[in-house]
Amino acid sequence: MLENIWVVPGLTFASFWLILFFGKRLPKGGAEIGIAAVGLAFVLSSVAVVEWNDRPATEEVEAVSTGEHGEAEAHGSEPDAHEEAEDEHSFGEVRALAVDLAAAEAGEGEAGEHEAEPIRSAVERNLTWFSFGGVDITVGTAVDGLTVILLFTVTLISLLVHVFSTNYMHGDVRFTYFFAALSLFTTGMLLLVVSSSLLQALFGWELMGLCSFMLIGHWWEKKPNSDAAMKAFLTTRTGDIGLLVGLVIMFFAAGQTFDIAAVNEAALTGAMGETVLLVGASALFVGVIGKSAQFPLHTWLPDAMAGPTPVSALIHAATMVVAGVYLVARLYGVFWSAFDIEAGGVNPIAVIGGITVLIAAALAFVQTDIKKVLAYSTVSQLGYMVMALGVGAWTAAIFHLFTHAFFKGLLFLGAGSVSHAVHSFEMRDDMGGLRKFMPTTFVTFMIGSLALAGVFPLAGFWSKDEILLGAAENGYRLFEVVGLIGAFMTAAYMTRCVYLTFFGSYRGHGHPHESPPPITVPLIILAVFSVGAGLLNAPGFEKFFELTENRVFLLAGIEHHSFEIVPAVVSSVVVLAALALGGLLFFAGRLPRGVTARSRAARAGYRLLANKYYLDHLYTGVVVGSIKGPIARAAYWANQKVIDGVVNGVGVASTRAGLWVYRHIDQRVVDGAVNGAGFGAEGFGGILRTIQTGRVQQYGALLFGATAVLALGLVIFV
Amino acid sequence: MDGLDDIALTAAVFLPLVGVLAMMFTPRQHEADHKVMALIATLATFGVGVYLLLRFDYARADALQFDVDASWIEVINSRYILGVDGISLPLLVLSMFVCVLVVVYSWNHFPEPHNPKAFLILILILETGMNGTFVAQDLILFFVFFEVVLLPMYFMIGVWGGEQRQYAAIKFFLFTLFGSALMILSFLALFFQGGQTFAIAELVAVASDNIPRSTQILIFGGLFMGFAIKVPMFPFHTWLPDAHTQAPTQGSVILAAILLKLGTYGFVRIAIPILPEAAQAWAPWIGGLAVIGIIYGALGCLAQSDMKRLIAFSSVAHMGYVMLGIATLTDFGINAAVFGMVAHGLITGMLFFVAGSVKDRFHTLELSRLGGLLIQSPRMGWILGFCAMASLGLPGLAGFWGEFPVILAAYNPAEGLSVGLFRGYMVVAAVGTVFAAGYLLWMFQRAAFGTPKEEFADTPIPGMHWPEYVAWTPMLVLIVVLGLFPNLLFGLTDGAVGTALAAFGGGGN
Amino acid sequence: MLVNQFLILGAVLFCIGVYGVLARRNGVLVLMSIELILNAVNINLIALGALQGPEAAVTGQVFSLFVITIAAAEVGVGLAIVLLIYRNRTTVDLDEVDLMKG
Repeated sequence: MLENIWVVPGLTFASFWLILFFGKRLPKGGAEIGIAAVGLAFVLSSVAVVEWNDRPATEEVEAVSTGEHGEAEAHGSEPDAHEEAEDEHSFGEVRALAVDLAAAEAGEGEAGEHEAEPIRSAVERNLTWFSFGGVDITVGTAVDGLTVILLFTVTLISLLVHVFSTNYMHGDVRFTYFFAALSLFTTGMLLLVVSSSLLQALFGWELMGLCSFMLIGHWWEKKPNSDAAMKAFLTTRTGDIGLLVGLVIMFFAAGQTFDIAAVNEAALTGAMGETVLLVGASALFVGVIGKSAQFPLHTWLPDAMAGPTPVSALIHAATMVVAGVYLVARLYGVFWSAFDIEAGGVNPIAVIGGITVLIAAALAFVQTDIKKVLAYSTVSQLGYMVMALGVGAWTAAIFHLFTHAFFKGLLFLGAGSVSHAVHSFEMRDDMGGLRKFMPTTFVTFMIGSLALAGVFPLAGFWSKDEILLGAAENGYRLFEVVGLIGAFMTAAYMTRCVYLTFFGSYRGHGHPHESPPPITVPLIILAVFSVGAGLLNAPGFEKFFELTENRVFLLAGIEHHSFEIVPAVVSSVVVLAALALGGLLFFAGRLPRGVTARSRAARAGYRLLANKYYLDHLYTGVVVGSIKGPIARAAYWANQKVIDGVVNGVGVASTRAGLWVYRHIDQRVVDGAVNGAGFGAEGFGGILRTIQTGRVQQYGALLFGATAVLALGLVIFV
Repeated sequence: MDGLDDIALTAAVFLPLVGVLAMMFTPRQHEADHKVMALIATLATFGVGVYLLLRFDYARADALQFDVDASWIEVINSRYILGVDGISLPLLVLSMFVCVLVVVYSWNHFPEPHNPKAFLILILILETGMNGTFVAQDLILFFVFFEVVLLPMYFMIGVWGGEQRQYAAIKFFLFTLFGSALMILSFLALFFQGGQTFAIAELVAVASDNIPRSTQILIFGGLFMGFAIKVPMFPFHTWLPDAHTQAPTQGSVILAAILLKLGTYGFVRIAIPILPEAAQAWAPWIGGLAVIGIIYGALGCLAQSDMKRLIAFSSVAHMGYVMLGIATLTDFGINAAVFGMVAHGLITGMLFFVAGSVKDRFHTLELSRLGGLLIQSPRMGWILGFCAMASLGLPGLAGFWGEFPVILAAYNPAEGLSVGLFRGYMVVAAVGTVFAAGYLLWMFQRAAFGTPKEEFADTPIPGMHWPEYVAWTPMLVLIVVLGLFPNLLFGLTDGAVGTALAAFGGGGN
Repeated sequence: MLVNQFLILGAVLFCIGVYGVLARRNGVLVLMSIELILNAVNINLIALGALQGPEAAVTGQVFSLFVITIAAAEVGVGLAIVLLIYRNRTTVDLDEVDLMKG
């Protein structure tokens, strides 16, 4: 299975085409194809996880000690071995041998510091896709722990979303298209995850962009929906400028290859120049900022709530936005050496992540739309993941990605279930007191919220804790504090959200009722995972770490920190404090009223938050507005008036010149010459006629005079 | 090679004219006969194309094949030399392919003032000119075919065009003719300075040795004007929007799909191989104009309110990518440029088809009056969306391979070119991709999303006709197939590009 | 030598004749002046012919006989013209006769 992993995205891709062409003729409108395909993909992914777990750890990798060139040189010979063995399935082992030799030569002095640990070697399979300019571009699959974990997560969430949608989207005008797009969306993420080359990953990446456009704008009859779709596509595409440039830089820096393993290797062994690496990594990170909705390009994600709720669940939990995090994790070698993450202190990734955590969490407080609360929460949690990657807590980041997928998927589907009952997303106006009407939804939503808040022993606790620990241990104290503040805010705004939705008295219309099984069953399954997923990396067990530990991880010499009791207690206390505060404010009704009316600072802060830091004004109004409005118009004006003006001017001028030439030269000079010949002859004749007096004697005189002159001439000259 | 191979290219060029001959002797009232005859002529030509594809020796795609060399105008030592290699074959087949589809599409889409006989005859003459340009290996022959294309297009725009057809037609004609004049001057200069021959292959061998560098640069300037106007490059592009907007749908399709490629093809086939040193001197300028074109075309698009004009401006931007690829003078760049030519031909051709069909139904292309196409004609709406996505360079569709490798190539241009400058171009080109997404999606949103405007809310909009299905399906399929299997084209062009860049040591990557 | 005197006589006569032709306004007098010119030529012919020997002398004399004959005819025609002019315009002043003016 690990070698034929291409089947997994292949299945969903086939499902897309089948639904597109035959979906409408089927009794369930194509949903059955989608569910069957994704279900099968889920089974195969599970098999892959098991197979990966059973795979013997054979590859031994020694950390590259940054700053010691001797060792870097020893590793410099690796790409050769890599190329020779490219076609063999077992080349991981060959490479491991090469590394062993290198380690034996150079690693003696430091053997004590980094022990060579055996890990499972990645399973790669590549085909030549095309070649040009003497370079073969390959496509293929590369499977390691990170891949199988994500495959499992993505297919599971996608399957549940499919099931959920059969009921939720029932009766929709474009039911079949919706399922086709879901399949394609899943394909995009799966393709990205299994890619062995960056170019191929770009395909998955952009495919998701396309599908998010189709799905966010699913109800495109309304302009705000299609606007949101365009915003999502264009914002991520703006980030993709960086991705494209970064990809190109990596291609050349790694010696004209898109192979991810080779790029990581080149970055870690110092084969890339420092500047190139820094520029390339920064450019790539811009792409990540766009896709993973990091500050300052996070604005599209809340707007993306215009799409159907299952889509939001899929986008937020398992695909699209985590693609950026996945890319950083996948290319960690590049970012690790480019930003010198090992050194601690401050680096751009951690800073962007940290800012995102805080600003998004703050925005979540002022939302009244339940999906928007969850959307900002996602932004904030993505910030967590990016920050984790920035502080060198690699395992923690993907662990958080893993657990977050379950509880965020749960929360979104729960919100969908609620809206199914009350036909609205407004917490203030249409919800409240729903715990009595929708017990299953309420319980599962509570579990999701607590998991998100990071309450022991739910999933979020373990992953969040690992991030905080990583920040502390790797010399990023500042970001540990940021993380704690973020955790506090998360717990507080989720309390508000839960209170407004499920407690108090019902403020909506009609009689809400519990949703049918296709909606509640996925909720229950996700709730189970939200409770249990965290235990995978519980102290003493650490299966998740063992599964995902890969070559890059070891080459870079990343430290993994096991559970420690003190920070865990600290964070738990913070979270509980937040819950208590939230409880005090909302449940006990001690919410101070009229703060914004009394305090100018509070009012200003509220306005800032309500306007989303004015970023949308900046982007939509200033940037897009000016490009689409004045700049485009100016360019077009220049086109019509200046360039075309020149052209038309040349045209008019030549016509004028022609006219002038015709009038003055043709009619006067040329024709004048012809006429002039006549006139000249006439005039000359006129002069001559004066001689012709008609007087014979004058003629005679002339005759004689002339004869005399001639005679004289004859005498003189002859 | 057997006898058939020898006449294959000649047949590819002149078969359409045989059709013209037959049609001339048929009275113009027999419209059905004319359609069938035109279809047979284009299909037969396309059949030759298929034959070429089958018989082409892909192992030596870098060399000229099916070559013919006969005496023609002996006085000036101009010979009848035809041949195809990996660069010209895809373009030649594309031209044949598009002509078939255009004839099929015409079945019930004849623009006013109708007259299918004359219209189809013009299409066939156009095909001869285009096919001839792609196979001619002699400068004079090339020039003749290059110019043959002008007249039918002039009449097509001038007779069957929109309201301002006269202005557009004359602008198109004069602009192109102006470039041609400079081009023929350069051809003559090559003849006299480069060894008294017009054969491209011989000139490639001797011209750069015989001609001093400064003269080369001058000659290249003439060629540049001739080809750049045809491409069209900023700032010589202003004939394009007018011509496209006014031309009938079929004319727009042929113009976008094939005619624009004559210019870029000229660069790759003639200007760069014959005058490599001059190409190097000119490359930074060409690259600069190309990236200006990318951004400028995009801005032009954003200012449009007419769908067809918007698509026309997008051509300026897309051809900017092609020219940037050429300007890098690398294998990557020129491969991508050739791919970009084919992809742009398919995609923009499709966009014009759809725009034409939209106009047939709504009698307007004003974006402010359109809306809700997806409701009134869902299939056409989705096809428009698909083409927009392809046009903005979505990976997996053909347009991507004309864009991304260009950006790749610009990072590392040929030796002797300023790396910093071209990396700047690269970033601008990457920014251009966002702009492309912006204007295409904006167009799509306004035309297809939302609900129909009041004036059309009750108008019954007919679904797609069979000629539309028949004409569009092959193009849509090709867009996907080329997007997923770029090697179909790269495999063909790679070797030939290497030959074209032989002067740069087989490409500087 | 003897010839000189003849030639001088001829030249003097010629000059008087030319003067008469150019200066006189009366048509009859102009005709008479023309006779003088012709006679001057006759004298020259005879003188120069005698100078060249007997054969040439005869030739000269024959020439002058022709000239005398033609001069007579000429005067006849000339006087007829003058007479007609006089009849038409009642004058023989040549200045008045400019009908041939261009």
